[in-house]
Amino acid sequence: MFASTPLIDKHKNLGAKLAPFGGWLMPIQYSGIIEEHNWTRANAGLFDICHMGEFAIDADLSKSNLGDLLTVNLKSMPEGSCRYGFMLNEQGGIIDDLVVYRISDFRWMVVVNAATTNTDEAHMRKYLNSAAHFENISTSLGKLDLQGPESGNVLKRLVNEDPKLKYYTFGYFDLLGEKIIISRTGYTGELGYELYMPNKKIPQLWERILTDKLVKPIGLGARDTLRLEIGYSLYGQDIDKSTTPLEAGLEYFIDWEKEFIGKAALKKEKQEGLPKRMICFASGSRRSPRHNYHIVHKGEDIGNVTSGSFSPSLGIGIGMGYVSREVKVGELVDLVEGSVTINAKVVNKPFYKNGSIKCERVKNAYTG
Amino acid sequence: MLIPDNLFYTKDHEWAKIEGDNAKLGITDFAQSSLGDITFIDLPKTGANLKQSDLYATVESVKAASDVYAPLSGEVLKINDELVNHPELVNKSPYESGWFSIIKIADAAEKNKLMTPAQYKDYVEGLSK
Repeated sequence: MFASTPLIDKHKNLGAKLAPFGGWLMPIQYSGIIEEHNWTRANAGLFDICHMGEFAIDADLSKSNLGDLLTVNLKSMPEGSCRYGFMLNEQGGIIDDLVVYRISDFRWMVVVNAATTNTDEAHMRKYLNSAAHFENISTSLGKLDLQGPESGNVLKRLVNEDPKLKYYTFGYFDLLGEKIIISRTGYTGELGYELYMPNKKIPQLWERILTDKLVKPIGLGARDTLRLEIGYSLYGQDIDKSTTPLEAGLEYFIDWEKEFIGKAALKKEKQEGLPKRMICFASGSRRSPRHNYHIVHKGEDIGNVTSGSFSPSLGIGIGMGYVSREVKVGELVDLVEGSVTINAKVVNKPFYKNGSIKCERVKNAYTG
Repeated sequence: MLIPDNLFYTKDHEWAKIEGDNAKLGITDFAQSSLGDITFIDLPKTGANLKQSDLYATVESVKAASDVYAPLSGEVLKINDELVNHPELVNKSPYESGWFSIIKIADAAEKNKLMTPAQYKDYVEGLSK
């Protein structure tokens, strides 16, 4: 049995193809992955992300050990800010990647992946001391992502004010009789927002946003190609308990100044050298690498593709995966499966460099 | 779901259109719809010999790479070059501009192993139940 999004009937009416994802039956595509992908890069896309988990945690940092569970430096976060980071096990393996919201001095919201919500909850309840109060609010809180260069204008029309949110901050907005959190965050490389609304009003919010002519519903298929073009990791595929943030090339999100579970293991790994590391590669053709294809460098099998797809924006195959030795940007690798060999070049992420993600400008061209 | 009545079909959702000694091959509307946006097609070159039911081509969509099996045995006479730069033709027109190859039929009796349009229609309806 799969959990059901409050929008399941809306998706069916829109003719979406549905498939299981993280224990949920979710829309994979509506009109087609490429069309939806391109629409999001050019206009604004609306994503049903109700499957993701949210935790509300009351914790005074001077008494609670919440900070030890996360790589994020909670103390340094201003109220109204968001941070991306990890929850690690003692071995430095990634239990989950997540976004922390600082609601107030003592209140936090942690947004986690769908498939890991229950194990995350168990881990946090196990480690948190009695000074913290933990609540899993996933079943009552829904989330819609609004992403694309036009998303700022769409949001402005929706809330009747300029949202004025800087990258990785959030605010409260009055919408459909609720005061809801909207953050300037996302998973597409475009200017974008995530809207948190009680589940019972999610269908109303969905309908309301879709009345905007520049917004179309976007499925998880395009969400995957959009995120891969930016080089964002997908939990369960590119990162999991058997990989560390260092191996995944995500050291940027580790704060070495603070203590956290897994820190000793990461320090040791950094000293001793990485057993594997993530590389990104682009094929010279439309032929695309796929999950588990072998990565071959100078005739030697050195790893496997974790994510691979056709890139709708670039018109070539792109992917990433772990390799057992250092391979520099510009070097050639073959991506091999059976009789298929795809020639590819190691590149820096993001693959797609023209995203509107940090664009502060809100255009006023559209008045419809 | 389009199932033209002048073609023969396989269980793997390929079609064959018999035109005298030759056959035109492709994948069905059901196949293209299941695959989603098609992004690359790897076809055997002119002169290659196909064997009925053997792996013959690879179709890549955004999500996955899928195998295509030969509906009939025969030598490839012509391939659809348009598909190199416009694989989306298979989504738009799986039975017309999205055809894959034309072969010289090696054994006319092989078509008896293929499904008629009515049989294929029943088969597809059975799958979606």
